[in-house]
Amino acid sequence: MELQKYNIFFLYQETFALTKRLFIQLKRRPSTLFAGILQPIIWLFLFGALFTNAPKNFLPGVDSYGSFLGAGLIVFTAFSGALNSGLPLMFDREFGFLNRLLVAPLTSRLSIVLSSFIYITILSLVQSIVIMIMTFLLGYGLPDLLGLGIVFLTLILLVLFVTSISLSLAFVLPGHIELIALIFVINLPLLFSSTALAPISFMPNWLGWIASVNPLTLAIEPIRVAYSSNIDLNLIALEAPYGDLTCKNCISSLFLLTILSLIIIRPLLNKKLN
Amino acid sequence: MHHIEIRSLSKSFRNVIALDGLNIKIGKGSLFGLLGPNGAGKTTLLKILATLINPDNGEIYINNINLRKDPRTIRELIGYVAQDIALDKVLTGRELLDFQADLYHMNKIKKYERIDSLINQLEMNDWIDRKCGTYSGGMKRRIDLAAGLLHIPQILILDEPTVGLDIESREIIWKLMTNLRNQGMTIILSSHYLDEIDKLADCVAIINNGKVIDQGSPTDLKNKLGGDRISLKVREFSNNEESETIKEILSKIDGISQIVVNISQGYSLNFIADREKDLLNKLKVELAFAKFEIFSLTQSQPSLDDVYLQATGNTLQDAEIFMTGKRDFRKESKESMR
Ligand SMILES: Nc1ncnc2c1ncn2[C@@H]1O[C@H](COP(=O)(O)OP(=O)(O)OP(=O)(O)O)[C@@H](O)[C@H]1O
Ligand SMILES: [Mg+2]
Repeated sequence: MELQKYNIFFLYQETFALTKRLFIQLKRRPSTLFAGILQPIIWLFLFGALFTNAPKNFLPGVDSYGSFLGAGLIVFTAFSGALNSGLPLMFDREFGFLNRLLVAPLTSRLSIVLSSFIYITILSLVQSIVIMIMTFLLGYGLPDLLGLGIVFLTLILLVLFVTSISLSLAFVLPGHIELIALIFVINLPLLFSSTALAPISFMPNWLGWIASVNPLTLAIEPIRVAYSSNIDLNLIALEAPYGDLTCKNCISSLFLLTILSLIIIRPLLNKKLN
Repeated sequence: MHHIEIRSLSKSFRNVIALDGLNIKIGKGSLFGLLGPNGAGKTTLLKILATLINPDNGEIYINNINLRKDPRTIRELIGYVAQDIALDKVLTGRELLDFQADLYHMNKIKKYERIDSLINQLEMNDWIDRKCGTYSGGMKRRIDLAAGLLHIPQILILDEPTVGLDIESREIIWKLMTNLRNQGMTIILSSHYLDEIDKLADCVAIINNGKVIDQGSPTDLKNKLGGDRISLKVREFSNNEESETIKEILSKIDGISQIVVNISQGYSLNFIADREKDLLNKLKVELAFAKFEIFSLTQSQPSLDDVYLQATGNTLQDAEIFMTGKRDFRKESKESMR
C-alpha cells in the first residue's frame, strides 16, 4: 500500500518534470506556438475573402463563408498541432536525449508519452482558443456554455487521436526528415478531403464518402452545430452518403477512434520503450 | 562478493560481433578501467550495463541482482555518463540537473542541496545558469557528469569522460573520480588514454574485438611482462622478411622472450629481456655474426602500452587507425537510435 502511494507520487513527479521541460522549450522557442496560430488566421482572412462576392445564401444555414470556415479552422489548428507532436520526441531520439530518460529509473516509461500528450493537448487548445477569439472578434459569434463544452470535448478527442498516431510514427520512422515529410503529405489532403472548406453537398459522391469518414469532419461538424444553434446532441450534424449523423454519432465515433488508436499504439510503445 | 559480475556476455549488430563472450568481475569501491581501441566494444558493454541495450547472451549481476530480470532496480544503482553528450540546448545547466533529479525521484530538499554541492565540486558556478547550448566541450562534460552523479549512484559508468578535454577540465574530473572512489563508489571508466587508466584505475581490462584479453591491476599487468622492454631496429625502415630473420635470431637467445614485430615503427622488434643476464652484449654478438648492425636500441620500464602491445601484437594507436577505417558512423548512429 505504502509502496503504491509512492509509485503514484513518483509517476506524477517524473511526468511533471518531463512536461515542464516541454513548456520551457516552448517558452524559449515560441515560434511553433505563433506559427500554429498565425497560419489559420491567414487562412481565415484569405479564404474568407475568396468568397466575398459569392451569391448570398449559397451555403445552407449560414450567412457568410467566414462563419462557415470558423469551425473548420478551429479543428485544423488543433489537428496540425497534434500532428507535429511527434517531432520533439523524434529529436530526443536523434540527439540521444531519450537515452537520458531511458537510463533513469522511471516508474513507468509511459510517462514520456504521457507528458507529450499533456503538453500537446494544452498547446493545441490554447491555439484553438485564440482562433475562437479571432472568429468572435470578426463577428462570427460564440457557442453557449454547453456548446463550448462540446467544442472542447471534440477537440480533446481529436488531439488525443492524432497525437497517438504522431508519437508512434516518431518511434517507428528512421528520422525527423521522414516524419516531417509524412506530416507534410498527410496535412493538407486531410484538410481538403474534410468539410472544413466546403459542405458535403458541394462534393462529388466519391469525395463525399471520404469526407464523411475523415476524422476532421467528425470533429468539425459538431463544432459547427455548436456555433450555429443551441446545441442539442441529437441534431443532425452531417448528411453523409451512408446516412445522417447526429452530433452524438460524430463525437462517439471520434471517441471510438481515439480509444482504438490508444489500444493499437500500446504494444508498439511497450516494445520501443522496454 | 563482487559488486558487478559479467558472465559470457555477447552482443552482435547484424554481422558485427561487438561483444564476444566477455567475462569481468568488478569489486566494490574499485575504479575499473576499460582499455581498448575504437570499436573494441567498450561502449556496447557500458550501454548494456546501463540497461540501454539488451545483450544477445550472457548475464550481468549487480549486487546479486540480475540486470535483465530487474532493470529498474539496477537503474537506481547506476549513474551513466554517455560517450556522446546529449544536453537540451534551451535548458540551463541548473534546469537540466533539476529535471534529472526529478527523473530519479529525489525529494526537494535533498535535490537542491545536492545540485549546489555538485556545482561547487565541479566548479560550474560561473556558467550553470547559462543555456546548455552555449557551453564549451569541457562545460558539457562537467554538467553531464554532474547529472550522472546527482542521485549518488553506487556505480558510476563513464564512457570516455575526458576525451578531447582541456587540461583544467581533465584535472577536475580526475580529482572528482579519485574522491568518489575513496568514498566507496564503484567507478567504471572507459578510455583510450593509457596514462589516464594507469594513473587512476585499480584494475584494468584490456578489450579487443569484444573479448577481454587481459585483466588485473596496472602494476600486476606490467610486472607480468617482467624484465625490461627493449625496442630494437637494425635500420630505420626494415621489412617483413628481415624482421622475421632477426626474430629467429633473438628467439634463440636465452632470456629474451615475448618478441613482437611492431610494423608501425618500421618493423622494429620489441621484446623483453631478463634483467640479470648480460643479454645486450650477447645480442650484439649474435647480430654481428649474422651481419646485422644495430641502428637503435631503446630500453624502458614496461608501460601499459607494452601490456597492450604484448596482448594484441598491435599498439593501441594502430588498432584505432585500423578500426576507424572500417566503421560506418552514420549508419551506427542511425541504428543506435531508440
Ligand atoms: N548500433 C550499432 N549498429 C551497428 N554496429 C554497431 C552499433 N554499435 C556498435 N557497433 C559496432 O560494434 C563494435 C563495437 O562498438 P563500440 O561502440 O562498443 O566500440 P568502442 O570500444 O566504444 O569504440 P570507441 O572507442 O570508438 O568508442 C564496432 O565494430 C561497431 O562498429
Ligand atoms: Mg565507445
